[in-house]
Amino acid sequence: MMNPGEYFIEGNIACAEAAMKAGVKFFGGYPITPASEIMNHLSDELPKVGGRFVQMEDEIASIASVIGSSWTGLKSMTATSGPGFSLMQENLGYAVMTETPCVIVNVQRAGPSTGQATKPGTGDVMQSRFGSQGDYEIIALSPNSAQEMFDQTVRAFNLAERYRTPVVMLADAGVGQMREKVTIPGEVEGEERKRPTSDEKEFFDTDDEDYVPPMPDFGDGYELLVTGSTHLGDGTRDTASFSAQDRLVRRLVAKIEENRTEIEDWEEHHVEGADLVVVSYGSMSRPAKGAVQKAREDGKDVGFFRPKTMWPSPEKRLKEIGKNSKVLLVELSLRGYRMEVERCVGSEDFYVHDRLNSLPTIEEVHQKIEEVLR
Amino acid sequence: MINAEMIKEKYVRNHPSPFCPGCGGGMVLNAMSRAVEKSGLEKEDVAAVSGIGCAAWIPSPHWRVDTLHTTHGRAVAFASGIKIANRDLEVMVVSGDGDCAGIGGNHLLHGARNNIDLNVLMVNNGLYAMTGGQVAPTTEHGEETLTTPHGNPSSSFEAAEVVKAAGASHVARWTTYHMDELIEEVEKAINTEGFSFIEVLAQCPTRKGKKEGMDGLDMLEWYKNNTSKEKDRDKLYVGTLADIERPELTQEIYRQIEGFRGD
Repeated sequence: MMNPGEYFIEGNIACAEAAMKAGVKFFGGYPITPASEIMNHLSDELPKVGGRFVQMEDEIASIASVIGSSWTGLKSMTATSGPGFSLMQENLGYAVMTETPCVIVNVQRAGPSTGQATKPGTGDVMQSRFGSQGDYEIIALSPNSAQEMFDQTVRAFNLAERYRTPVVMLADAGVGQMREKVTIPGEVEGEERKRPTSDEKEFFDTDDEDYVPPMPDFGDGYELLVTGSTHLGDGTRDTASFSAQDRLVRRLVAKIEENRTEIEDWEEHHVEGADLVVVSYGSMSRPAKGAVQKAREDGKDVGFFRPKTMWPSPEKRLKEIGKNSKVLLVELSLRGYRMEVERCVGSEDFYVHDRLNSLPTIEEVHQKIEEVLR
Repeated sequence: MINAEMIKEKYVRNHPSPFCPGCGGGMVLNAMSRAVEKSGLEKEDVAAVSGIGCAAWIPSPHWRVDTLHTTHGRAVAFASGIKIANRDLEVMVVSGDGDCAGIGGNHLLHGARNNIDLNVLMVNNGLYAMTGGQVAPTTEHGEETLTTPHGNPSSSFEAAEVVKAAGASHVARWTTYHMDELIEEVEKAINTEGFSFIEVLAQCPTRKGKKEGMDGLDMLEWYKNNTSKEKDRDKLYVGTLADIERPELTQEIYRQIEGFRGD
């Protein structure tokens, strides 16, 4: 593990270092471009801090091992990219249903299918929320620099433990494999999961205001019943009753939805009363932000808005922006975040600059801004 | 003293049984419970992992230990995470033949290759029972099932032989007719440091017995008459297939971690 200080490192390495700082003690993974550096680095470093590293036979097994590990009380994670993320979808839903804290890093690449393994893309945004079957809500974060690969990995662990849920880190090849300055702090703020306090017997239901039930470990003697089937508060499977399905699934959704103001995070500049607000995220947000600066230097009233949590989306803020300003979404995919942004800001005065394969120049985005303002 | 009342009280949750009359599932639950009791393990040190299907319901919700009822075919992978994360837990996997050797075949192979210290009971009824009796990788060539109404055009494989070839420390095959031997074998699996795989032929009177005019008891008779503890070409061999020492994954991982502690 790196000592506190300033480093010139890849985003993927920053992610791995952040995980160790946040207290990860289990990593199960499978090689895939452009995420492998996270696994490569942890295979070397994690045992040195007492963590278990295992390379599994595929991505299905990787996330399965991570969920199993989390039930013994260890902070656990995996990292992958598109094809592997697709394979993980069923067990991601299992983690949601069983309320298992874990972190899944998806360093997105250009898809669909095998696509272009070494090229960035953000086409997995909707998949990260809707990819597994059934009704659920998820937390997904979006870093736009190597430093944020560090900071948001720490936050991903904290949110996973706080809300007893899987958290997806939606990075992209741009931020994962970019090398830039990263400041590694001495300590990071660490959240621990809610534990049973006395002789509680319900670990899958709660009347607590945050909707999060306490979670014991395997081996604590609670004779736990953990199942991906619909279950009652004590874990007993109930595959038929209306009340069990209604109570459980509504709470799982409410756990994210009702806590969204605590979870939502974004960056914004000059948004109030702007003629145009450029919305962008991930590595694409960097040339987008550059283009906004250039337009402002020309005296144009252009604001910049960058969601740092993709899910839950900064819905309320986006709606306010949509009411007052034109919106230009700049993204590294054709269908990435478009539906959600358009839903929030409205179709009127909504513009898109999409691009595939690689980041545009500042000039390219600036031209689009000029066009929209004309 | 180990008796039925005591085993029921200590190991079986008070839930209505989901199993059909004459099913072998309860017998497997009985055998696992008695083996754990005989081994001297504390219940809180036992974790049971299962996938999807009738066999997956043997431990969940019936067995009174920590249980993880997972997705179809993935039990060995989930169990591996538990074992590597906490090596003090004795991890049992209960999986049907379709769950274990079909959809979960790759995890089974690599669990055996890693020789990770799990105890896998593959409860083999020769078809997919929960969904109505479709053909499985363990269904014999020519056999009629719900999805092979004109006879199975495909062939079965011997999962136990495959697991043996993949490197598991301990491989055995028994049937629900052989309860004493099965209990002893599960206890042996618990005491083995490495991947233990026990194939348990277990009767499904509903999906398999009925079409052949057999009830649960008839099927036990069939197991009795068609298996042999001697390697006899005309009968299915029951007993130990492999008992070898090989490096075990969890211990190897911990050995490396301890190497960095410098103590």
